[in-house]
Amino acid sequence: MIQLTINGKPQQADVEPDTPLLWALRDSLLLTGTKYGCGAGLCGACTVHVDGQPVRSCVTPVASVAGKKVSTIEAAGDSRVGKAVQDAWRKLDVVQCGYCQSGQIMSAIGLLSTKKKPTDADIDAAMAGNLCRCATYVRIRAAIHEAAKALA
Amino acid sequence: MNPIQNVSRRHFLQGVAGLTLGIALPAVSQQAGAAEAAVAGTPFEPNAFVRIGTDNIVTVLSKHLEMGQGTYTGLATLVAEELDAAWAQVRVEGAPADARRYNNLAFGPMQGTGGSTAMANSWEQMRQAGASARAMLVAAAARRWNVPATEITVREGVVSHAASARTVRFGELAEAAAAEAVPALVTLKDPRDFRLIGRHAPRKDSVAKTDGTAQFTQDVHLPGMLVAQVVHPPRFGSRVKALDATAARALKGVVDVVQIPGGVAVLARDTWTASKGRDALVIEWDDSAAYRESSDQILARYRALAATPGKTARKDGDVEAAFQGAARVVEASYDFPYLAHAAMEPMNCVVQRTATGLEVWNGEQSHTVDQAKLAALFGLAPEQVNIHTLYAGGSFGRRASTDSDYVREAASIVKALEGSAHAQVPVKLVWTREDDMRAGYYRPLFHHRLEAALDKNGRIQAWRHRLVGQSIAAGSAFEPFLVKDGVDHLSVEGASSLPYAIPNLQVELHTPTDIPVPVLWWRSVGSTHTAYATETFLDRLAVSAGQDPVALRLQLLDKHPRHAAVLRLAAEKAGWGKPLAKGKPGERRGRGVAVHESFQSFVAQVAEVTVKKDGSLRVDRVVTAVDCGFAINPDIIRAQVEGSVGFALTAAFYGEITLKEGVVEQGNFGEYGMLRINEMPRIEVHIVPSAAKPTGIGEPAVPPVAPAVANALAAATGKWATRLPFVTRQFKA
Repeated sequence: MIQLTINGKPQQADVEPDTPLLWALRDSLLLTGTKYGCGAGLCGACTVHVDGQPVRSCVTPVASVAGKKVSTIEAAGDSRVGKAVQDAWRKLDVVQCGYCQSGQIMSAIGLLSTKKKPTDADIDAAMAGNLCRCATYVRIRAAIHEAAKALA
Repeated sequence: MNPIQNVSRRHFLQGVAGLTLGIALPAVSQQAGAAEAAVAGTPFEPNAFVRIGTDNIVTVLSKHLEMGQGTYTGLATLVAEELDAAWAQVRVEGAPADARRYNNLAFGPMQGTGGSTAMANSWEQMRQAGASARAMLVAAAARRWNVPATEITVREGVVSHAASARTVRFGELAEAAAAEAVPALVTLKDPRDFRLIGRHAPRKDSVAKTDGTAQFTQDVHLPGMLVAQVVHPPRFGSRVKALDATAARALKGVVDVVQIPGGVAVLARDTWTASKGRDALVIEWDDSAAYRESSDQILARYRALAATPGKTARKDGDVEAAFQGAARVVEASYDFPYLAHAAMEPMNCVVQRTATGLEVWNGEQSHTVDQAKLAALFGLAPEQVNIHTLYAGGSFGRRASTDSDYVREAASIVKALEGSAHAQVPVKLVWTREDDMRAGYYRPLFHHRLEAALDKNGRIQAWRHRLVGQSIAAGSAFEPFLVKDGVDHLSVEGASSLPYAIPNLQVELHTPTDIPVPVLWWRSVGSTHTAYATETFLDRLAVSAGQDPVALRLQLLDKHPRHAAVLRLAAEKAGWGKPLAKGKPGERRGRGVAVHESFQSFVAQVAEVTVKKDGSLRVDRVVTAVDCGFAINPDIIRAQVEGSVGFALTAAFYGEITLKEGVVEQGNFGEYGMLRINEMPRIEVHIVPSAAKPTGIGEPAVPPVAPAVANALAAATGKWATRLPFVTRQFKA
């Protein structure tokens, strides 16, 4: 059993310590909003926050986050920034297939939590690790600007 | 006759009150009744398009897969428009597999999603379903209030009688409406009265896809479920010679190891344990019957074939004679690699054997093909295979596998468990990214050779186009419809349909049959390569004749007004003919155009590029004009074009699956690159207003992107890119 704090709640995951956080979340805690895309930290679909920082949960052993605060897409709407990002995503209908969008949103929340008014270059730097095969990038960029405006 | 029928009674049997409308099946209705009785007590799947519950929720059953293209929203828009429902009360669910009720009208007796046909084939059917339901709600209200139906109005989910100031919501009328007769005929709205169609109806999946609740196959968790991961053969055609599963079986959480036709599967309680078990397998492969060629060997063979006449796909005039009389001949060859679909959700499928049949959970794109294959595997009738359609995390054609490969693989694991303690547990097959990328089912590798004969004034007198590549349809259930006289339409579409007025035109095809690499449709199919070859070659001819590429095309498109209209619009909006803003010192800039029809939609694109000294490049801007008939949801059309541009640029910049001695060299996004946000150009989308029947938009904006960019690169550098992906060192200053 690994003791975790997920979305503000203490949780126990019945998994081996080497299990990636991704699979502990998905298979043990049934928080399936965080997605598997590559298993190698290359696509960003599995992005969650650990102590407020976006990390790739597919290459993060669950044992390494014991005692730390993990937050996932399921709790994205609980924070002011997260709510603004979700609202912007919905207002602009960013999603297509939607599979990568949990990761996109978690990366966007990470960006807007540190940069209140990101430039296009800031967006490129923060979001280039998140692949979208549907290429919804135009709207991701617009939605980040939109959320920043709403938060100002 | 109105094809919509009332199937509400089926709901009453299940204790769900309300109005449900399906599709009339006069010839089989008795059989359907019998089937109903037989399956009473199993989970109820309404064979219907519209369900209005006493809870005031309108549920639209989508016969098509939502894989990102916006189908759920589009189909719901059609129903809600004619029903006069409030958009907020409308939900969408995937329909079960049923070729009789949910067939794609463009495919015949087959349920499936593809060829950008969803909106086109549903345009009337879904509106009729909505209009029929509306008429029954009105009839029920008229009866309740004892007023003429003609005095009743419906708006935003509320039925009203103005004279008596009475109103009632759909939900309160649903039970009464179910008892009304289905109108024999319904009149659809005049487009001028549309309130949802042609306007902005927000996507139905935006909320669930932004809070983690959208259910993909990957997300299915069922009681007792096992997760399976599979080791596939290293080469196409390799077989297991010896298997040692001792270490895998010894892992805590590994439940079983089974051999299946396509490899070896490890079953475990969770995904991570299954993958560790899989890594612990020791397998010796027998490669004696395996395919061992490399991509460059295939290409060399294709080039040799292209020097010889192929099967005729189109023949206008006398090409030979025209070449003999030519003042000048221009020729070019093009190479296109295998491409993986690489949907963000790697292939997966959940299958459970039950006492009565098979339950399947899948991002199902080819419902009845997969249903038939699974039924055959287990000796069941197709209707005993019940498919739950979930969201697909992308597909681009991959989930419409012609031979149901990954779906059969999941089922064959379940079959291998027959007689064991786990014979009836649900099994979720989870492919890794590497499995997904190496399993084949690629856009086929193609080689093209083009030759044109010009007269002394530079006019095109003859055009010969030879293509070499594997057939997608051959050997599949689609072969009878798609292969004629040895020519697979999917190999030559876009080339054999060249719209330009050229008096002597011949298109020939070679279809090698000795390459066992599985190939499949990939977003925009044949046009992924034919548009590139034809549209860059035409630009070459324009340049060699000193003609403007837009002007030359317009001259040759005299009889194709829809091509010409999008071309004019894109050129105008892009400022064609005006000088491009200069780049930074050392940068070269260029503008290029392409136009192409696919899936009965017409798209023209103008691309602007900047090339640096070292040959590296960026696409700055892509202006698109599209004519896809009546624009049901302009915002989704724009979204599909934006996505198509990124999808096409990924292929142009990075997309390449290569074989080395039969082994696929790419496995993950490190080797098979994807366009990232920082590489995305500015995109402008212009939709041609049209009253024509809607046509597709999921695919048609993909084909012209790469040739427009290549033509822009040639304008900037004078170099023609004759292979994809681009080799940027060729553009070095």
